[in-house]
Amino acid sequence: MIPSSFEYHRPGDVAGAVALLSQLGEDARVIAGGHSLIPMMKLRMAALEHLVDLQDIDEMKGISVEAGRVRIGAMTTQHELLTSDVLAGAAPIVREASLQIADPQVRYMGTIGGNVANGDPGNDMPGLMQCLDATFTLQGPDGTRDVQARSFYEAAYMTDRADEEILTTISFDATDGGYAYEKQKRKIGDYATAAAAVLLTRDGGNCASASIAMTNLSDTPVWSEAAGAALVGTALDKAAVDAAVAAMLVDIDPTEDNRGPVAFKNHVAGVILDRAIARAWDRA
Amino acid sequence: MNDLTPTAEERAASLKGIGSTRKRVEDARFTQGKGNYVDDLKMEGMLFGDFVRSPYAHARVVSVDKEAALAVPGVVAVLTAEDLAPLNLHWMPTLAGDKQMVLADGKVLFQGQEVAFVVASDRYAAADAVELVEVEYEELEVVVDPFKAMAPDAPVLREDIADEKEGAHGPRRHHNHIFTWEQGDKDATEAVIAEADVVAEEMVYYHRTHPCPLETCGCVASMDKVNGKLTLWGTFQAPHAVRTVASLISGIAEHNIRVISPDIGGGFGNKVGVYPGYICSVVASIVTGKPVKWVEDRMENLMSTAFARDYWMQGKIAATKEGKITGLWCHTTADHGGFDACADPTKFPAGFMNICTGSYDIPVAYLAVDGVYTNKAPGGVAYRCSFRVTEAAYFIERMIEVLAIELNMDAAELRRINFIKADQFPYNSALGWEYDSGDYHTAWDKALNAVGYADLRKEQAARLEEFKAGKTRKLMGIGLTHFTEIVGAGPVKNCDILGLGMFDSCEIRIHPTGSAIARLGTISQGQGHATTFAQILASEIGIPADDITLEEGDTDTAPYGLGTYGSRSTPVAGAATAMAGRKIRAKAQMIAAYLLEVHDDDVEWDVDRFAVKGAPERFKTMKDIAFAAYNQAIPGIEPGLEAVSYYDPPNMTYPFGAYICVLDIDVDTGETDIRSFYALDDCGTRINPMIIEGQVHGGLTEALAIAMGQEIAYDDMGNIKTGTLMDFFVPTSWETPHYTTDHTTTPSPHHPIGAKGVGESPNVGGVPCFSNAVHDAFRPFGLRQSHMPHDHWRVWNIANSLGLHD
Ligand SMILES: Cc1cc2nc3c(=O)[nH]c(=O)nc-3n(C[C@H](O)[C@H](O)[C@H](O)COP(=O)(O)OP(=O)(O)OC[C@H]3O[C@@H](n4cnc5c(N)ncnc54)[C@H](O)[C@@H]3O)c2cc1C
Repeated sequence: MIPSSFEYHRPGDVAGAVALLSQLGEDARVIAGGHSLIPMMKLRMAALEHLVDLQDIDEMKGISVEAGRVRIGAMTTQHELLTSDVLAGAAPIVREASLQIADPQVRYMGTIGGNVANGDPGNDMPGLMQCLDATFTLQGPDGTRDVQARSFYEAAYMTDRADEEILTTISFDATDGGYAYEKQKRKIGDYATAAAAVLLTRDGGNCASASIAMTNLSDTPVWSEAAGAALVGTALDKAAVDAAVAAMLVDIDPTEDNRGPVAFKNHVAGVILDRAIARAWDRA
Repeated sequence: MNDLTPTAEERAASLKGIGSTRKRVEDARFTQGKGNYVDDLKMEGMLFGDFVRSPYAHARVVSVDKEAALAVPGVVAVLTAEDLAPLNLHWMPTLAGDKQMVLADGKVLFQGQEVAFVVASDRYAAADAVELVEVEYEELEVVVDPFKAMAPDAPVLREDIADEKEGAHGPRRHHNHIFTWEQGDKDATEAVIAEADVVAEEMVYYHRTHPCPLETCGCVASMDKVNGKLTLWGTFQAPHAVRTVASLISGIAEHNIRVISPDIGGGFGNKVGVYPGYICSVVASIVTGKPVKWVEDRMENLMSTAFARDYWMQGKIAATKEGKITGLWCHTTADHGGFDACADPTKFPAGFMNICTGSYDIPVAYLAVDGVYTNKAPGGVAYRCSFRVTEAAYFIERMIEVLAIELNMDAAELRRINFIKADQFPYNSALGWEYDSGDYHTAWDKALNAVGYADLRKEQAARLEEFKAGKTRKLMGIGLTHFTEIVGAGPVKNCDILGLGMFDSCEIRIHPTGSAIARLGTISQGQGHATTFAQILASEIGIPADDITLEEGDTDTAPYGLGTYGSRSTPVAGAATAMAGRKIRAKAQMIAAYLLEVHDDDVEWDVDRFAVKGAPERFKTMKDIAFAAYNQAIPGIEPGLEAVSYYDPPNMTYPFGAYICVLDIDVDTGETDIRSFYALDDCGTRINPMIIEGQVHGGLTEALAIAMGQEIAYDDMGNIKTGTLMDFFVPTSWETPHYTTDHTTTPSPHHPIGAKGVGESPNVGGVPCFSNAVHDAFRPFGLRQSHMPHDHWRVWNIANSLGLHD
């Protein structure tokens, strides 16, 4: 459990970090909280010549809500997501989901940026960000660009981000209505067997809008447009919920691992989504 | 004497002797990070070793190219089997009478097997060089299933002994067969089963798992070439045995070897055996003349050091219509991996599996165990249990449940009518043990009352109705277990390891000012010996426990002993401690009589002093006596006050307990929620109730882990699937339920203070209790047996296969 040797860099601003990445090329990688990257390095599954540490970049930290738009600096820790009252007011689902990530020790170090940039299908934030329809702001040698979370993920550990780009900010609209983040895991500190993020709004007795995303059930997070659509306009009766679950099951593609075989994961995904919808509807 | 004179009770209490909830003296240093573990050792010029390990489970090693590794700055040596062969150290004997490769000799037999040992000036260089050692393998057919390993055309795993018809434990009948061990009366048992009213038959699998001490295994070997002395610090549960083995296999005279076990961060059987890392470190230190440290990481620990369990137990239990058990039959297929590296007493290749008649009066029984080689890591250690006792307890406690189903009877009542009765002790079991003492009915009734058993069953029935009516998706399970352990190995007449009798020892020195040091042949790995053994002595010799230093683990200073595992410390070394204390007291009596100017027989022991019979105001305290022992010339008595005792126990001890677990199961997700867990333990005399409670909590949590998720799983290619703590389940406080502890006290009749040992009971009883609770929840739907671990998907799978998702 000893990584191969590397050079360590600690730039003070985003421009400096981008410059280092461009200059050092593909042998360089940024490190945020290190709680996904360092385990991979210790297993020697990631061997890097250069680590560019983002800890000193203050412009990448902090949470703000302005005109109904939430902005979170990529270097904001998961612990800070939990403890921010502003965020809890603007998008309470983020706190509910963050509480399901790992354990306090990991959350003190792990960042939202690292969590979404990593591209690990097991991470909880990517699905949540798809549910929230978040925008990722990336800064590279050619300037900044925005990418929607819903089109950011290509395959396990493969994202739309170019090697020399840094994810600086995550933004999304404040939510209203009901929300739920439901996750089944084997123990504290475990990635999801299945997790569902659900946002619903209500119009009288009917569902006005619905956004549903699933985690660790494919090689990317799965925002299931059809599942959400199955709920809109209904009173969330059993038939509607069953239709949403059925639509979701078409969109996911779990694989067998130590958590269990595919049939089990499909079944649990359905149960978890069912419960998340019920809880979100209660709160809507 | 006046009102201020402390009473005998007050004096006894101030000693903090047997029965006192004395705080653990070890904890101050552990909780402040001041422990001293092997990896804390730093020495001038120390080198570090690291292993190149096989990625394959079965392959021929065609070549090993060290060149690139040797070119890494800081790398001193790369050892392979070829380098060890001239010293005859490329293989080593195992504790089970087999031999094991130290470094791959022509082939590898399990994934993670040690192939080469890199020695470098620091850990980082060693790890870099490991990557650069080029090993060419030729893959061979892999066998991970012990039943397939015994097929006539199965690949030959152990080519070194392929043609040997005799193994360490008798005849071998197949190239992958290790031994057959038979106990009891086969014909009589089979006759009873043939005629029985009712026979329940089941295959009970106790899956492969692994102890998971916080600290992994490691050592520092330091050969002093000037004086020819080898010092070996290591995570050894049996330091003296390691010294003797090291001397026998290295040829270094035993007095020139000093083995030291410093603080050990948990053992659970994982640190009993001898591992290639120790041998390689010693060789590397001899070659380089420098201290060499080797400490494995967590993945290496899980994949290569000793596993536990992996027993396939085919059982038949026969009974009358009324439920009186008439016979028990068991055939076990024991998967030992690539080498038989079990750590059992020599005459017991399947440990004490023949305690599998459990707490029940079973007239005839038969047990056969077949040991088999497969392409998995070696081991088979007693993970927080006496040798194979948890396998035995799991087997019988599952068979009882299956029999209850067969008889359509309540499992608590079935147990009650079959328990060995209090007046039957000492009880000779059908498989050859003499149970020293027990009172199972009292414990059982106390347990059932404590949890309100009848009401629980009513609640369960009501829940079942709700479930059937579609009002809930949760089932309730009530897990019952009554276990009997056999611990304290053991009598030298039938217990030895590599020919070393399994006695243990204590040496006591009383200092002139009345404090003392005691040294033992055991070694604490978290059990709290420094606390409890001082308490035994405090009660025996009247010196406050706080004034007694306890030392273990240094073979140059401690008396010879066989170490700590199998709950043997209190039964054996604890007995030695009491006996050594009694020798001290015998001499103290003579000194006191001399000082009091009376005959030896005219003084009597009174808590912390000898007093003249009938004149309690005339006395000498142990403190007075200690001083006199060093400053008075007493005719006929040698100066000083010391004693040593080597204790050969006349019998094992038989702790027992009654455990009840209540849980809810979500049939849709397979999640279990343990609502309550009640554990009644009878460990005989209770030395420190607080330590007992701590041991029970820890053992139950390990039991929870094993029953509910912890396993070492392999795929068909022999790749380990659970090699990190992400997949190898270790519960956190979140998953750990609340435990209620309780006790009865049935002292051992042969142990000097009546103590039986408790550290492993909760694991032995806990695993079947958790498992029985899961099974019980599904009993109304026809479940008989479903193998552990009961993780979410397997529990879900039970529900699914019983049609509960339709
Ligand atoms: C025991 C344990 C349990 C865990 N359980 C969970 C869990 O249940 N759910 C969950 O979601 N996560 C879990 N995690 C992962 C944890 O949340 C990580 O902290 C997180 O995934 C990564 O964030 P980080 O800041 O640590 O990133 P790092 O590990 O530093 O980086 C991860 C990757 O992202 C890249 N990266 C980081 N920041 C940026 C950036 N700003 N721009 C571009 N690339 C960047 C890095 O180069 C690297 O490739 C667990 C981790 C551990 C150790």
